[in-house]
Amino acid sequence: MTTATQAAPAKIRRVREPRPYVHPYLGGFLLGLVLFAAFFITGNGLGASGGLNRYVVFIQDLIAPEHVDQTSYLLTMAGGDLNPLDNWVVIMSAGVLLGGIVSGWRNGRIKLETNKGPNITNRTRWGMAFLGGAIMGYGARLARGCTSGQALSGGAVLSAGSWIFMFAVFGGAYALAYTLRRFWN
Amino acid sequence: MPLFPLPLNTLIGTLGTYAVYLVIGFAFGYVLEISGFGNSRKLAAQFYFKELTVLKVMFTAIVVAMVLIFLASAIGLLDYNLVWVNPTYWWPGIVGGLIMGVGFIVGGFCPGTSIVAAATAKIDGIFFLGGVFFGIFLFGETVGLYEPFFNSSYAGRLTLMDWLNLPTGVVVLGVVLMALFMFWGSEQLERIFGQRDLTKEPRTRLYGAGALVLVAVAVLFIGQPTNADKWTRIAPERQAQLDARAVQIHPGELLTLQEDRRLSIRVLDVRDEASFNLFHFTDAEHLPLATLAEEVPALLLAPANTVFVLVSNDEAAATEAWKLLTAEAVPNVYILEGGINYWLYLFDDGIGDYDPALFTAGDDSLRHPFDAALGDRLPAARPNTHSVDLKFEPKVKLELKRGPSGGGCG
Repeated sequence: MTTATQAAPAKIRRVREPRPYVHPYLGGFLLGLVLFAAFFITGNGLGASGGLNRYVVFIQDLIAPEHVDQTSYLLTMAGGDLNPLDNWVVIMSAGVLLGGIVSGWRNGRIKLETNKGPNITNRTRWGMAFLGGAIMGYGARLARGCTSGQALSGGAVLSAGSWIFMFAVFGGAYALAYTLRRFWN
Repeated sequence: MPLFPLPLNTLIGTLGTYAVYLVIGFAFGYVLEISGFGNSRKLAAQFYFKELTVLKVMFTAIVVAMVLIFLASAIGLLDYNLVWVNPTYWWPGIVGGLIMGVGFIVGGFCPGTSIVAAATAKIDGIFFLGGVFFGIFLFGETVGLYEPFFNSSYAGRLTLMDWLNLPTGVVVLGVVLMALFMFWGSEQLERIFGQRDLTKEPRTRLYGAGALVLVAVAVLFIGQPTNADKWTRIAPERQAQLDARAVQIHPGELLTLQEDRRLSIRVLDVRDEASFNLFHFTDAEHLPLATLAEEVPALLLAPANTVFVLVSNDEAAATEAWKLLTAEAVPNVYILEGGINYWLYLFDDGIGDYDPALFTAGDDSLRHPFDAALGDRLPAARPNTHSVDLKFEPKVKLELKRGPSGGGCG
């Protein structure tokens, strides 16, 4: 009964410092194992933008099914009775989100923040992020794959097109990096 | 047939398969996050030579997965033909890649990493992800304007080995050495532009590099299985099918299948050109046995509802072709029973005579006299199924396509 009257000593809330990231080569090695396991067990590599694509088409199919049925690119995913979400890559991209949450939580890195160069405002960064995302999303569909589905997966199984694609991505980014240095440095 | 990749749908059903993909996706997201790919500054630093994390993580992952895949294939654990190789579309890939590079430096992420960034509450990641959705939407709405370009410069399942005309082991070792050289270069750049102290880098990375080279050399020396090796491995099971005549379909079954609109029937005529010119079926594709192996990558990309029917004069060449394709894991391959000789006997009985004993014993020559090369200008090239009453025992069982049906981002 004595303890009940006393206020429990305020537990000092530890501000959790985010743990450091793993060494790039170790991260790469683990990513390589995941990539190998994906190919070895399922025959498919990894993917991300394909899943995002199908979420978009799912929404489109809810709003304007006739339009989807008349657009050949969308038709293959959601024409008629097809459910665009009934595909492995949709499930995989949901897994990516979960994995990111769990890792961020375990390592104390879930924090509402904006990562940006020191010389721009948050708003500028957000606008650039949206613009870059739109460009990236467009390019990824044109190239039939993003960094995961084309570069990583296609690279590991030695697809000729994926290797050329990979150099194009780095080429495009390096070509513009100097012009945009103000945004990152 | 190699055990892997597993026929997941048959083994554990759709839900089980999806659970596997969920676990793989989870591991993927987890590893991206611990590598720092949720942080746009870390990603963008790649392009200012301060910290080449992107390149190191990506290429380490690629070479590690690559050596393991080709090692597993070399020792017969994994069937490389059942592994999804992104089909090559040269120009859409290059232009799309350049556009993505621009998006990368403007936005600081790629689609996969932005999911992880959003998962850890990075506001810029959330905006980027919103942008990706918008860009994808825009693409779906505008690709119709330039569909011919989107589908142009198609090269199919083209690997670096095919393209460079080099053995697999050489390419694998070459890629490993190139990656190691790039890692060395990256570290030098980090030293110069990022003031990184290389003496503090773990020594383990050198052992890792050594191990990669060793495995790549092992892949080179073991070599990839040839078509004959693959056949030897599956022969006990598959030769029994041939002997039991379980894959030789009656002409009547072929005609019936051709009327089934849910199926895509591809008749592959494997005879020499002279026989093909004398007579062949309407819609038959001429793929002589000698060059059939080159067509395998294209056949592997056929939709899941495709049934291949191999045709020769008797059955000898078609049986050889069947062994070749089956060993290469092409699904749903059948042989036309009795070949062209039996076919003409049934549907053009003005010509020749046919002894069923010659099905397998025949010398595979065309035993019907033709005055001219008629090609498919003979009614028997496309007989009217309703005018003949054929009794046959159906043998075709459509097998679920094992392995992948489409690419990660497809």
